[in-house]
Amino acid sequence: MDLDLFVSALRLAAPLLFAALGGVLSERSGVVNIALEGKLLAGAFAAAVVTHATGNPILGILGAAAGGALVGLLHATFCVLFRGEQIVVGVALNLLVLGVTQFAMRVLYGSSANTPTFPTRGFDVALVAAALVAVPVIHLLLARTRFGLRLHATGEHPEAVESLGVDPIRTRFAAVVLAGAVAGLGGAFLALSASQFVKNMSAGRGYLALAAVIFGKWRPLGAAAACLFFGIAEAVQIRLQGQGVPTQFVQMIPWILTMVALAGFVGRSRPPKALGVPYTGEK
Amino acid sequence: MTLRSLGAAVLAPAASVAAALLFGALLILAIGESPLVVAEVCAKGVFGTAEGLATILFSATGLMCTGLSVAFAYRAGLFNIGAEGQVLVGAFVATLVALALPAAPALVLVPLCVVAAAIGGAFWGAIPGFLRARLGVHEVINTIMLNFLASALTGYLVVHVLREPGEMIPQTPAIPLAAHLPRLGEWTPLPAQSPANAALLVALAAALALAWILARTPFGFRVRALGLGERAARTAGLPVGATIVGAMAVAGAVAGLAGANEVLGFRYRFLDNFTGGIGFLGIAVALLGRARPGGVVIAALLFGALNAASLEIDLFTDVPREIGFVVQAAILLFVVAGDHVLRRRLAAGREG
Repeated sequence: MDLDLFVSALRLAAPLLFAALGGVLSERSGVVNIALEGKLLAGAFAAAVVTHATGNPILGILGAAAGGALVGLLHATFCVLFRGEQIVVGVALNLLVLGVTQFAMRVLYGSSANTPTFPTRGFDVALVAAALVAVPVIHLLLARTRFGLRLHATGEHPEAVESLGVDPIRTRFAAVVLAGAVAGLGGAFLALSASQFVKNMSAGRGYLALAAVIFGKWRPLGAAAACLFFGIAEAVQIRLQGQGVPTQFVQMIPWILTMVALAGFVGRSRPPKALGVPYTGEK
Repeated sequence: MTLRSLGAAVLAPAASVAAALLFGALLILAIGESPLVVAEVCAKGVFGTAEGLATILFSATGLMCTGLSVAFAYRAGLFNIGAEGQVLVGAFVATLVALALPAAPALVLVPLCVVAAAIGGAFWGAIPGFLRARLGVHEVINTIMLNFLASALTGYLVVHVLREPGEMIPQTPAIPLAAHLPRLGEWTPLPAQSPANAALLVALAAALALAWILARTPFGFRVRALGLGERAARTAGLPVGATIVGAMAVAGAVAGLAGANEVLGFRYRFLDNFTGGIGFLGIAVALLGRARPGGVVIAALLFGALNAASLEIDLFTDVPREIGFVVQAAILLFVVAGDHVLRRRLAAGREG
């Protein structure tokens, strides 16, 4: 593989990496994260608005984390506190962010298609590096820290966690908000690498990241490997464009692989035990 | 109907809609416009005219199909996030049949194409049903994956195999006239150029059929039993696997009818990726309608009215038309929150 292709693959993988790491955090704590798509999109929008307004991409990146965390906060409120159906809440948030970003774009810039462009000053490259660093960081966070172990246990057996004096609801809440912030950074990459925000610019990458979480068996390193693989596949597809290979066939690879992985043909992909089950407390 | 079940069936959804409209009004206030002016514009343009009514009916037709699809699966305890893909596959198969039989008379071709749309959707819906029944894989992820697969697959076929010659837009050639579903304007006072078409009657018939299946047939009984609890259904000796596949196939078939609405009733051809989120909005319609066919019909009309209102808002006010979409998403979120409040009230009622 030549260097150009490798760089292109890394850039395509970067937003997936952030979103998938967010997905691992949230799903490992027991909360299904269909809302990754909305978190990416909110992060991208916040990055664009802040960078455009201040001219400072660093503030834009912080804004993206805040934007993602805000969606995470809504997600946690409805899923963890209100014990809402997690899949429905995720879908609702994705729709809400899609609508609100277009609404806000029209109010702020007079167009619902895209924002004005802004200088990126190379910070998109910094975000690619940050995505690669985030993988071992989240891995260690889950495997080695007290918060990570509690989070992990909450996703498997919240009752047991509570009997040990740890609040599963608080743990999940924190995990989902943190997941939003991390996924938001993926959105920052999307906006900075395009030097603007474009309507629905996440374009299904949140769902692709969710597929990577499952394909990577809910582990940060596994999910990261899946993201890199998806990135390489897309880079190869872009390279092959105009050479007679229909792009749609390469696009299908991640979706088919994920279904195959879930069906158990490449080693069973087992979700956390309490995934999707709202915690109602010891009764 | 007891007071409490009336609350669950009518008051909670109505409160969710009211809260979402209030949220929309606050957004309009926040950007310095008047919600009252917007409401007046919508009331005049949407409910006051035949054009407005026709827009509601056309918009509601597709949402009714996807809403019924999600609702039926939901009654079996299954989440059909895949209506989007089922619509695409249904629309594509209907287009194929119409293009393959250019000489067939309308009396044969129209029903054949409608059935083809249903079969295409049913096939696409049965896949995650089968994977769930045979291998125990949760249907949510598979339905999402199948949405993207449907989009890529139909995209490939439209761009590379069936593209209209000399056309830049990725779309198939037009289907024969004999495959067109008649526009409602042809035999009602609705405007003749309005896209509202006979697919609305198909959707309403589907709602009646699903209500009948659920209430009166052994299959419907098994679907409801499964929805109340898979383990209990299994213990009672019900064929759980077959019911799952069947419920997902029926859900897919109804979603496929939304494809018939687009292809046979409106565009008269398959346009690459035309769905525009109709499958996801169907989730909102299904839950707002409490997963009951009658409720779904009402919810779809309401969402259709919001879509029609968006057009009026775009034309006659300075408020972005996306406000309608935002309110629809907010409705879904508030339905979830409303369930929480209802559960707490019920729990408090039991204790007190």
